Amino acid sequence: MASLTPQVSTQLAPATAPGRGGRPRRPRVWRGVVLVLAAVYFLVPLIASFVFTVKAPDQGFSLDAYGQIFSAEGFGGSLLLSLGLGVATIVLVLLLTLPAAVAVRLGAPGLRPVLEVVCTLPLVVPPITFVAGISTVLRWGPDYLASTPLYQTIIAVQNPDFPVVLVLAYVVLALPFAYRSLDAGLGAIDVRTLSEAARNLGASWPHVLLRVIIPNMRSAMASASFLTLALVLGEFTIARLLSFQTFPNWIYRISGSQAQVSVAVSVFSLLITWLLLLALSSAGARQRSGS
Amino acid sequence: MNGARVEFRGLRRRFGSTVALDGLDLTVEPGELIALLGPSGCGKTTALRCLAGFEQPDEGEVLVDGADITRVPANRRDAGMVFQSYSLFPNLNARDNVGFGMRVRKVPAAKRHARAQELLELVGLPSVGDRYPHQLSGGQQQRVALARALALEPRVLLLDEPLSALDAKVRVTLREEIRRLQLSLGITTIFVTHDQEEALSMADRVAVLRDGRLEQVADPATLYDRPATPFVAEFVGAMNHLPGLVSGDRVTVLGQTLPVEGQAPDTAQADVLVRPEAVLVTPDAEGDGIVMVSSFRGSTARLRVRLGDGTEVLADVPGHDSARFAPGTAVRVGLVERPVLVSARSETGAAAAVPEPDVV
Repeated sequence: MASLTPQVSTQLAPATAPGRGGRPRRPRVWRGVVLVLAAVYFLVPLIASFVFTVKAPDQGFSLDAYGQIFSAEGFGGSLLLSLGLGVATIVLVLLLTLPAAVAVRLGAPGLRPVLEVVCTLPLVVPPITFVAGISTVLRWGPDYLASTPLYQTIIAVQNPDFPVVLVLAYVVLALPFAYRSLDAGLGAIDVRTLSEAARNLGASWPHVLLRVIIPNMRSAMASASFLTLALVLGEFTIARLLSFQTFPNWIYRISGSQAQVSVAVSVFSLLITWLLLLALSSAGARQRSGS
Repeated sequence: MNGARVEFRGLRRRFGSTVALDGLDLTVEPGELIALLGPSGCGKTTALRCLAGFEQPDEGEVLVDGADITRVPANRRDAGMVFQSYSLFPNLNARDNVGFGMRVRKVPAAKRHARAQELLELVGLPSVGDRYPHQLSGGQQQRVALARALALEPRVLLLDEPLSALDAKVRVTLREEIRRLQLSLGITTIFVTHDQEEALSMADRVAVLRDGRLEQVADPATLYDRPATPFVAEFVGAMNHLPGLVSGDRVTVLGQTLPVEGQAPDTAQADVLVRPEAVLVTPDAEGDGIVMVSSFRGSTARLRVRLGDGTEVLADVPGHDSARFAPGTAVRVGLVERPVLVSARSETGAAAAVPEPDVV
């Protein structure tokens, strides 16, 4: 049979980047200019911050400020709390949006614009409005309800060790980013045909989701997680106004007393965030090149 | 025989205001390859999807070996399917794609891999097991998809225009292989296509659908030679509509009197349906026809000839003769002496030759 067949090996070559050599040189100069401008914009404040933290009035150079971070009270606790909130938010937002996005694509394409608008709404609601609403709800609760499960729940979600209410709030804030990433990922694969092919081979719906859709969505899920984590690690308004000791809130608190340490903490937290995001995006990229 | 008997009984399916299936009745014999042929929107894909379980008919039922499977979920039906668009799982290599169904059924890995390799050899791709879909050509992907559909030894094979995304040469070789495999496995196969050449060359029987109804089901030769309805006559192959005068069971057309095939219409004025290859054209300076257009197709050339009364006739001549029929040549037109199909005069005017469908 093979002999019958002309072995067509025309690979579906990925569109190659337009030849660099053929291009006139001018655009490359402008590229450099743009790069330098952007670098100045981002790097100058960073370098200034760093210089400020290592400059001691008498010795000239000292890393003392960084040493003090780790001994400062509340550092570890708040960082862990923020990371924990980030992970919980990522899990919850993916659990909510992925099945919803898949279901809408397969079952009710007409509802897609609706879902899109709903998921974009948090962007247009200012966090201050949002948190004002939340705190009003949390404060409500007449005493005669004190023994009811509802009241107990309201108390429980405000547990300062792990405030679930923040996770719920962050899920809402992360919806636009998570939904956009997942929707783009779903657009890149033919969900309908792939799920029908899997169904045809005997796979149940959960199996289709776990074995066919999710493995092909890894990079989209990584980017959704990436954005969500960045959001949670940087969110200040809600945590501050509800008085939970998250990492950004801790930075704010410490900056009032020790200026040098607080800037050192900012530089340090930037570094941590970068490392985490780098890890997440490289996980996504490895999947992409592996498939 | 490994194939199952498939029956569609009175299938109806609406999408909003469009009727995709309007009472489709069709029986597919065990081991048969049947082609569902029709223009887009005729319901052929919907019928296939009803059988695969991706679509629920509003009315009617689908039977496989006498058992009603209309309400059985898609993942519990015994039918393998090859899709029109590339449907391999991008995250799995060819071997794991073929083994996917066995994995769902918890077949041990070693057995699964051995069977997948066997199937890849069957479709002529013994060495691509480790490659991922994006490393395969379109034809190779469809072969792997075919192997995947056959992996669970289904009793019905569903092909939903699997060749339409491929280029012409691969399409022809692959369809020959599909047919060979189907014959050797004896699997009942339903093949949806809008390409009449594909349908005629591969199928045991061809079912022509129009607006969700079955127009005719017959073997390819009968379908071509004796189309049951004018629609079939026009859809399959090209057809001339020539004005004729019916008297009894004979009809006079282009000055010739020929026997009528089948039922003669009641009216005297009628359209005579003639295939282009049944039109004889000879260069003749005295002839009343003039070649308007000649399109060369290699083995044949199709001429559009205008007769003295304005009638246009399509005629096929051997390709090597095409030089003698350059546009502007005066020709004499006759018909092959054999029974012809006659239909009641259509309103659109008999003079217009049928717009040419795809090359046959």
